[in-house]
This record gives sequence, C-alpha cells and structure tokens, in this order.
Amino acid sequence: MTVKNMTIQDIAHKVLDNEELFLLDVRTKDAYQDWKIESGNFSYLNVPYFDLLDGVEEIMEQLPKNQPIAVICAKGGSSQMVAEMLVEEGLTDVYSVEGGMKAWSEHLEPRKVSDLKDGGELYQFVRLGKGCLSYMVTSGGEAAIIDAVRMTEAYTEFAEKLGVTITNVFDTHLHADHISGGRRLAETTGAVYWLPPEDAGEVVFNYQPLRDADHVQIGQSHIDIHALYSPGHTIGSTSFVVDDKFLMTGDILFIDSIGRPDLAGKAEDWVGDLRETLYTRYKELSDELIVLPAHFMIMDELNEDGTVAERLGTLFSRNHGLNITNEEEFRRMVTENLPPQPNAYQQIRETNMGKISPDHEEQREMEIGPNRCAVR
Amino acid sequence: MDMKTNATLDAKGLACPMPIVKTKKSMKDMEPGQVLEVQATDKGSTADLQAWTKSAGHQYLGTIEEDGILKHYVRKSSDEEAVETTHPDVVNNEELEAARSNPDSVIVDVRESAEYAFHHIPEAVSIPLGELDDRADELDKNKTLYTVCRTGSRSDLAAQNLTSKGFGAVYNVVPGMSGWNGETKSLNQ
Repeated sequence: MTVKNMTIQDIAHKVLDNEELFLLDVRTKDAYQDWKIESGNFSYLNVPYFDLLDGVEEIMEQLPKNQPIAVICAKGGSSQMVAEMLVEEGLTDVYSVEGGMKAWSEHLEPRKVSDLKDGGELYQFVRLGKGCLSYMVTSGGEAAIIDAVRMTEAYTEFAEKLGVTITNVFDTHLHADHISGGRRLAETTGAVYWLPPEDAGEVVFNYQPLRDADHVQIGQSHIDIHALYSPGHTIGSTSFVVDDKFLMTGDILFIDSIGRPDLAGKAEDWVGDLRETLYTRYKELSDELIVLPAHFMIMDELNEDGTVAERLGTLFSRNHGLNITNEEEFRRMVTENLPPQPNAYQQIRETNMGKISPDHEEQREMEIGPNRCAVR
Repeated sequence: MDMKTNATLDAKGLACPMPIVKTKKSMKDMEPGQVLEVQATDKGSTADLQAWTKSAGHQYLGTIEEDGILKHYVRKSSDEEAVETTHPDVVNNEELEAARSNPDSVIVDVRESAEYAFHHIPEAVSIPLGELDDRADELDKNKTLYTVCRTGSRSDLAAQNLTSKGFGAVYNVVPGMSGWNGETKSLNQ
C-alpha cells in the first residue's frame, strides 16, 4: 500500500458539498489554533508532526478505522511522512493533502452568481482558505475583474475558457489582508486598472482613478458598473453597483459582520465615515440589491450553492452591525476589542502600493493565516 | 558577537519535515547542556523548531538571519532544573536587580555564549562555565561578584570555583535568568 494524494480542489469540494472527512493536521498547535480548514462535517485531530517522529502508535486509537483520513501540514512534506507512517501501521484509506495549507490559502473556486442581461454573466471566485471573494463580470466578449487576488492565472484561464477578454480591473480599496492581483492582471492583459484615488495617495504606479458616480461600461451590451463612494474600512473604499442589481461592498459590509476601520491605523478618524456609509448611503439604496462582499469570515456565510450573496434588505434586518442605533455603542464596537490585525498587514499594504516587491515565496508567507477584516 | 556552539547542522535547502528530523537526530548525539546551531532556509523552520524544543524539553535560544540563511540555536536539555546549590552565599533575583546599579558589583553570566547572546541582563559579562578557569583573571578581586545562569545550578558551580580561586565576595543568583523579569538585551534587538 502506498499513500494516496488528495488535492486541495478535492478538499474544497468536500467543504462546499458538506461531505465528511477526518483531517489529521500535523502543524504546530499554535498554527492549528490560529487557522485551519473549516467545515461543519469535518472531524479533526491536531498532533504536530515532530511529536510523531518516533512513531504514530500513540495516536492510532484516536483515528477512525473505517473512514478516509486526510493528513495535512503547512506545505505537504510532513503530511506525506506521517501518512506513510500510518500506512505502515496498517491503515489503508490514508491521504496526504498536496501542497498543504499553503495551497489551501491560494485555491480559488469559481461559482456562477447570476446571468446578466444580454447574455452577460457574473462569477464569484471563492478563496476558501483566506475568505477572499473576487468577481468576474462578463458582457459582449469582455470581462471586468473586481478585487483580484494575486493568483491571477485563475482569472486569465477562466476568461480564456469563457472566450472573453479582460478589459477592466477594479479594486474596491487598498487591501491590507491580502496582496491584490489587480496591478499584475492589468499589466498582463492590458486592461485598465481602476483604484479609488483617496486610497492611492502613496501608490507608485499608474492607475485610472475611479470616483463616486463614475460609470464604466463592460462590453457592447452595456453592463454598467457604477461607483459609489463608501468610506469607512479605508478612506477611499468604493462600492460598485453592477447592472443595477448587485452591490459589491468590498470590505465595508459583509454577510454577518461589517468592515473594521483600523487597518490603516485610523480607526478613530474613520468610524464616522463607516457609520455614514452603512447607515445613510447604503440605506438609500434599493433593498433588492444583492450584496456581494470582498470577504467572508465563517462557513455559515456561504449559501447552499457555495456563493456568498444576500439581499441588502435582508442584511438590514439581520446583520448585527447594521442594527446598532446608538452611535457611541457603534463607535466602541468598531474601535475596541478588535480581532488581531492580519498577518503582515503593513507589508501587504506596502506591496499593494507598489512600494515593496517581495518575491513569490515571500508573498505567500505574508498571506499565511486567517482573514481578519471584519468586526462582528 | 562571538557565539560558540558544540555542533552545527546544515539543513539548508531542506523542506519540512527534514530540518526538524535532522535536528532531533543531531541532538541525540550531543551531551546535555550543549548548544547546536541549525542552519536552514525553510522559513517555517523557526516556528516549528520553537514548538519542537518546547515539546521535547530542550531550550530554544534564538534565531538570526544572515544572507537568507536562518541560524537557529538550540540547547539540549539537562538536569539543571533540579537545583541543589552548595555555595553558601545566595541571593535572589530581586537582590540582583538592586545590585545592578552598584558600581562595585559585577554580574557574571556563566551560561553558554549563545544563551547569553539572545537574552541577558545589560550589565552582565559573559564567561561560560566551561571557560571560567581560563578567564577568571578577567575579573576584579576587589569587586562583589554575582554569578548567574538559567536556574542557579551552573552559577553555583561557578561561585564555588571563583571562591576557590580567592575571590572574596561571590554570590550565586537563584533562580537567575529563568525567573528574570527585569531589563534584558538581545542581539536581535
């Protein structure tokens, strides 16, 4: 018997389809507690690989006998070793997860959200491992990408498959939790790269400023992307209304939480903007708009089909962050007791400004760990 | 800074789990209390080595990065946790804190140079226990000496040794660095 491999895509489908899996995570206890593959139907055991170097006998009785066991580590090396040891102990249904948590952090799952008018389509790219959501809007042979992550091949390959050309790339704001793929995508495809100018003060490359009430047409069938200035997470944060039906909220409003205003170090300054955006600007919009955020935090925010999307009206009635009438209470909630800031967020911001150019491996390391852009 | 180690392990270019597998193997061949330098390029090796040393009862001293190479310093566990001191003159960490500002006192840190390098009291001079016989004449016999190590065990031996060499005022600090909450210096700062 040899160890079988399980791909990250296999794992992603098990998560999205709510399948059962026994996951033996052999990273350190700290790494495991900080961040793991979340799924309601997974069972977990965490034993660091270095505690198993002398043998796996001690954990054998904690492992299921009649269920597949997937071993995962940081990059795929230790999981292979531990899986081999389990096979030597006589277990047969043992898998090593290829690429480990690094691959998990980078995997994108495209899901179709909706058809648009005149044959246009809207796709959501779900980055399960990081909770990042990005979007592709297609229309008349053209495509726009919103909040691209750094694995830009996922978009170019998908666009090729659909037979569309990427012509416009947007970021809703200067991201602090993950490295934007926007600039690279625009460079490789020749697309226009749009950024909110208020967030781009320190940016060292050329971009097209996107301001409140600007309209950008995608393709000949006139799918309209309409900018709506919505500061609070950052000073420049801009939402997009797509085809008059969808509201891309960036990191301002999520399904079960709202954006945090402190990642650029200005929580106190921006809390008023955040409140005005959520409680005034968004309130004036149609309840029927479908909110498409740039992140999700917990698996419960996913719909049955694996997308993350909800009516604005529903969020106004159910999202706690939209229902705090007392302004002082709101201020305290978004400025005090915030979750830890994302791993390497300062370097990530500087990378997104173009000020530093870490290599591929360094970029991967910077993004390790959970997403933390929200307050609940 | 001069950091003496007892052995060096080259784990450069190796991916997880090999740096830890090899470190564990190297440590087996070492004497208790000895220091191993592990050279690695796998960025994950720092966190893994810290967690492994804790789990295995060894001491993680610190890591420096030079030209993209991570140099980790690990000290093999020894039985110095069970401290039995023989030297009669003993002070605690609070008394040592008070002595820091006294110009007539000298703090002699007798731990290995790598232990000292990553974590020591600013005024302390480093003379590892194994070098004490050769270097005792660097110390002034008119001063009050405070010997310090991690737990008070090695510093006890050092205090006895210095007394036998004719130093009049020698105090062993118990517990020493393992319980030290005061100011420290490190080459990483």
